Amino acid sequence: MKLMIVDDSNIIRRKIERSTEIEGLEVVATASNGVEALEQFPKVRPDIVTMDLTMPEMGGIECVERMVEIDPSVIVLVVSALSDKATAIEALKKGANGFLCKPFTEEELNRAFRELLEEASHG
Amino acid sequence: MDETDLQVFIQGATHFFSHMGGEQAQIGTPYLASNCNSEIKGFTGIIGVTGKRKGSVYFTAPPVLLKVLLMTLGEDNTDHDNMCDMVGEVANVISGNARKEFGSEFLVSVPIVVVGRLDKIVVPPELRSFVVPITWKSYDASLVIALE
Repeated sequence: MKLMIVDDSNIIRRKIERSTEIEGLEVVATASNGVEALEQFPKVRPDIVTMDLTMPEMGGIECVERMVEIDPSVIVLVVSALSDKATAIEALKKGANGFLCKPFTEEELNRAFRELLEEASHG
Repeated sequence: MDETDLQVFIQGATHFFSHMGGEQAQIGTPYLASNCNSEIKGFTGIIGVTGKRKGSVYFTAPPVLLKVLLMTLGEDNTDHDNMCDMVGEVANVISGNARKEFGSEFLVSVPIVVVGRLDKIVVPPELRSFVVPITWKSYDASLVIALE
């Protein structure tokens, strides 16, 4: 499965890249904002995307919405410091599948991936 | 801003270091500062706050703290850019977590990172700046909260 990481922090992109322990999940693209992500998205067609929300150029909520329009089957895990309920609900309404609050541990990230992939496999 | 509000930011900072830094941070007694520049420690991540509250939140730390924090996160590249990234991310996480308490009308900007003194950044004089001293692994940092 193909993973795309979208976050304006290089440290967080690299942390997600290093922490991903799901067998068969391969990082195919990274982007530092929504505009970059949408440029790459149709070319790499990831199965799963981690999405930050507060980014320059284009934020995560709009990016999720646009990605889901392009590929309704994409799985989006929002990884953000904005941990209030209203933000989570808005992201889910726009098409995100899960929400992981920063700061997060490796275990929490992999658990979130496993849960989303399991949900997706059950259709 | 009152003591309860301040606690929200303090909890955000302690949560960050215990969760990401692998070791609890020690929080000193917060105090009021008239000149935020005197608190600056090298690298500063600034989050602008608008909406229901207005002002800014700074996290400021010396290079050594940021390097150790990067290494703790498993990041072997501790160059200037990654230190900037790190200080901005700490400010971002602390401010973002405050929305859980203050609600979605507490709007936070993307982090702005300043290296060195904050000559061009002035906290409006009507805002009181609370400084929260933070010690993590014997390194000192500060969280500066200047909100209406």
